[in-house]
Amino acid sequence: MTALEPVIGLEIHVQLATETKMFCGCRLSFGDEPNSHICPVCLGHPGVLPNVNEQAIVYALMIGEALGCEIAERSTFHRKNYFYPDLPKGYQISQYDHPIAVDGRLGDVRVHRAHLEEDAAKLSHKGASGRIHGSGASVVDFNRGGTPLVEIVSEPDIRSAAQAREWAQLLRATLASLGVSDCNMEEGSLRVDGNVSLRPAGSDELGTKTELKNMNSFRFLERGIEAEIERQRELIESGQEVEQETLHFHPDDGSLTPMRSKEYAHDYRYFPEPDLVPVVPTAEMREAARAALPELPAARKERYLTELDLPEATAASLAFQPELGGFFEDALAANSDATPRAIANWVTGDLVAALREQDLGEDPYRSKAEPREIAALAAMVEGKQVSHSAGKQILAKLAAEGGTAAGVVESEGLAQISDDSEIDAMIDAAIESEPEAADQVRSGNEKAIGRIVGAAMKNSQGRIDGGLAREKILERLG
Amino acid sequence: MIDREQVRHVARLARLSLSEDEEARITEQLSGILEHVEKISALDLNGVEPTTHVIELTNRFRPDVPVEAPPREVLLEAAPEGDGDSAGFEVPSPQA
Amino acid sequence: MPASEEICRLSATELIAGIEAGSFSPAESIEAWAGAMESDDLNAFLWKGVEGGAEQGSGHLSGLPVAIKDIFCTSGIPTTAGSRILEGYKPPYSATAVERLTEAGAGLLGKTNMDEFAMGSSNENSAYGGVSNPWDRTRVPGGSSGGSAAAVAGGLAPCALGTDTGGSIRQPAALCGIVGLKPTYGAISRFGMIAFASSLDQCGPLTRTVADAALLLEVMQGQDQRDSTSVGLEAPIELPSSTDLDGVRFGVPAELVGGDVGIEVGVREVFEQTLSRIEELGGEVAEVTLPHAAHGISAYYVLAPAEASSNLARYDGVRYGLRVEADDLVSMYERTRSEGFGPEVKRRIMLGTYALSSGYYDAYYAQAQKVRTRIAEDFTAAFQGVDFVVTPTSPTVAFPLGARTQDPLSMYLSDFCTVPMSLAGIPAISIPAGLAAPPEGGPELPVGFQIAAPAFGEQDLLEAAHALEMSIGFQRLDQREGEGA
Repeated sequence: MTALEPVIGLEIHVQLATETKMFCGCRLSFGDEPNSHICPVCLGHPGVLPNVNEQAIVYALMIGEALGCEIAERSTFHRKNYFYPDLPKGYQISQYDHPIAVDGRLGDVRVHRAHLEEDAAKLSHKGASGRIHGSGASVVDFNRGGTPLVEIVSEPDIRSAAQAREWAQLLRATLASLGVSDCNMEEGSLRVDGNVSLRPAGSDELGTKTELKNMNSFRFLERGIEAEIERQRELIESGQEVEQETLHFHPDDGSLTPMRSKEYAHDYRYFPEPDLVPVVPTAEMREAARAALPELPAARKERYLTELDLPEATAASLAFQPELGGFFEDALAANSDATPRAIANWVTGDLVAALREQDLGEDPYRSKAEPREIAALAAMVEGKQVSHSAGKQILAKLAAEGGTAAGVVESEGLAQISDDSEIDAMIDAAIESEPEAADQVRSGNEKAIGRIVGAAMKNSQGRIDGGLAREKILERLG
Repeated sequence: MIDREQVRHVARLARLSLSEDEEARITEQLSGILEHVEKISALDLNGVEPTTHVIELTNRFRPDVPVEAPPREVLLEAAPEGDGDSAGFEVPSPQA
Repeated sequence: MPASEEICRLSATELIAGIEAGSFSPAESIEAWAGAMESDDLNAFLWKGVEGGAEQGSGHLSGLPVAIKDIFCTSGIPTTAGSRILEGYKPPYSATAVERLTEAGAGLLGKTNMDEFAMGSSNENSAYGGVSNPWDRTRVPGGSSGGSAAAVAGGLAPCALGTDTGGSIRQPAALCGIVGLKPTYGAISRFGMIAFASSLDQCGPLTRTVADAALLLEVMQGQDQRDSTSVGLEAPIELPSSTDLDGVRFGVPAELVGGDVGIEVGVREVFEQTLSRIEELGGEVAEVTLPHAAHGISAYYVLAPAEASSNLARYDGVRYGLRVEADDLVSMYERTRSEGFGPEVKRRIMLGTYALSSGYYDAYYAQAQKVRTRIAEDFTAAFQGVDFVVTPTSPTVAFPLGARTQDPLSMYLSDFCTVPMSLAGIPAISIPAGLAAPPEGGPELPVGFQIAAPAFGEQDLLEAAHALEMSIGFQRLDQREGEGA
């Protein structure tokens, strides 16, 4: 039997970080009291008309440019008609055959299209109700209804769950660098759905695809797609058919269950939205969007590799994790004597570890450490003013309590010991405290020197240079 | 022109429940209307641009600035009676 | 001080002149008209009440009450669009057109009856009962702005707002012997006007005189940030003053006025007389051709119901209006909508849903949009040779109540002459041109003469209509009754 190859495409909904909604002047809301940001327009009252938010257009153009898309000369809105309580007008205003951007590429995956639309409201199950007997009731909160969304659809160029995760991370980094969205997967401002099918490796045809929803973290995205690939593989290998359906991912146990259809007859009856006129991006609008683009993650990684000489993995994590990259850039800008590589190592290594330890997520700005102090610390270690292990202590202190690196060195007495006689005394004490190891070194087993160096470091609280200590021990025992 | 089965399907899409009588009447009436309307299908209009907006306008935008809405209570009170204990819009659960 | 009945015989422009001259106060005018409205026995009003307008100096329309079709949202005042599904609904905001009138000092004089969601040509589709034509109470006033037309013709309001999607201002104005103007699409904001067919709906005045129509148009027209499709007019509208038609060219389209299109004999006679009068006034009459105009009704009855099926999806019992409770969501939707909408609205929702549904879109909706393109092109071509296109407004005079309710298609065909202008988005006015006896016999009834102009040609249109109006000297019903009394 020929091997089966996964074919994966992603659909990403990005909530735009505008002040107000897509088609009305209500503020966007985050966890506010239900139905506190509503008006006749976003409630679909009789007689109201939609009114396009200019900033949403600007953001959509920036996204289109950042993804290397062709910007449509003329872009229009359609109505997508279906009944659901989270859809106040009975239709969603969305772009259909003339999206604002098409045919782009990000990394190794092509972008099919990016289009503007409005978000639905939030429907929550309320449980049994006295009035609506028997079946329970739901309550609609229209705060989210009408939030501007850009939907980005990739081509089915992805071949593994891991690649899907990596690409989604790159896309998130790209969007975050534009400042057009909060890009928070847990809060739903970035929602990634996957389309998965399998086909015999090397075939050009596409198999029946399923759509995966509710994977609200990168980890779940990878796990969900992996699970679906396995599920489809088992079906096909046992001679069964894959059914075209939408599956809901359950983070708690990683299972996938079919979602109930919103309409018992699917027919969205798209037609051009008569209440809105076409968007025709002018040369000025497009130029402004391009000018507003910052350095994009893919380019930033390239620069880190070639200009700053960072290792591949470090460059990628700084370039694709916008908060980390921003912190790194700020540290670089502090103009310390440290090399970029040294700063990068402190940021991606010990600082990230400190964040994890303090449960601060992935944003280094949430720790107490200032970027310029991390740069100063890197410079001190490189200049051998403090030892590497002292550096680790300083970083932990900075992350937890803030302050300056120099201040921590001072208060903790972590400055490298430069007085030779003091060092010699400490080396002698260390040899004395490890007589067994000293004997082994004398008889030619150099490996045992580690224990003596360790003791010297411990006694000095890391204030002597490890290399220097080693040299001096060998001198004495050689 | 259009048969009972199609009428039932369209009624479902439009969220209308029609009685037997209504269904029969509408089937007949729609067929009559469609017969008249279908004369346009015979016109050769290949290459003609469809008109969505008769007056050509483009790029009508609103600045991204919050606008004051009518009082929230007024908007909430317009809702058909819920069970009275929720500041929101209650519906029978779609999962039911 | 003149008696109330004298005030109520004035046109809007005369009323304002009277107030400016100090003959009576805005409050006296409003009070007189409030009394007239209260005497309504035509079922022209769905809500009777007066708001504002009585204050001296609050604007140049101070003292002028305007009856508002119940399709315009009025803050805190019941607005039903003639439908049960909006029974008891009080909008939290007001329509732009209404706001502009009240900002100019005008008062709001009741909400007028109408065909449910403006779907109809006889006002018989109102959930709140039909309206009588004041000329003959056994006959329809036309529709969908039937309440507005009957109120103005019957002396219950000096002027009124209506909406016109395929003829809903012009046709009832014609059937009631008053002036009805449908402006260029986009001239007046649609914000707050309950949508029937968004790409066709346009607000306009129903008035006693052409000058009154100009007066109201000028106050309401203009671009509105809240309506992306609004444009306003290039220049302010002035009160028309022309009395001749020297060198003005009028085109008669054979496709709409030819022998085989079902125009009643009496209507045709009045139309022909009006053409002669145009020539007497120095105008020229020529034939023009609108090759696709006869397909207007077909295109219209695809496009308008399709848009309506979507526009009316919001009436779902969730956020406002009627809800019929049910255990499950779909039943709640279906019961609410089935009990809330009347037969004509359901018919059009069905027709429109079908026309948009999978597999039929190209044959119906896309094709109708192309016909629309052709019709607009036809008008553009015609206006190369003439200044205006003229037709009878309605092929018939007012027909008896109930005469067409069983045959929707025959009802639809009463818009035959008005729909092409709606599809082309151009302005058109109906003025009363004379009287004709209905084919089945009985007293004579008003006949409307429709004049259509190129887009944004409102000023010229009003000038021509005014010159013709002056020459015709049509005696309105209130003027006849005044004489008889």
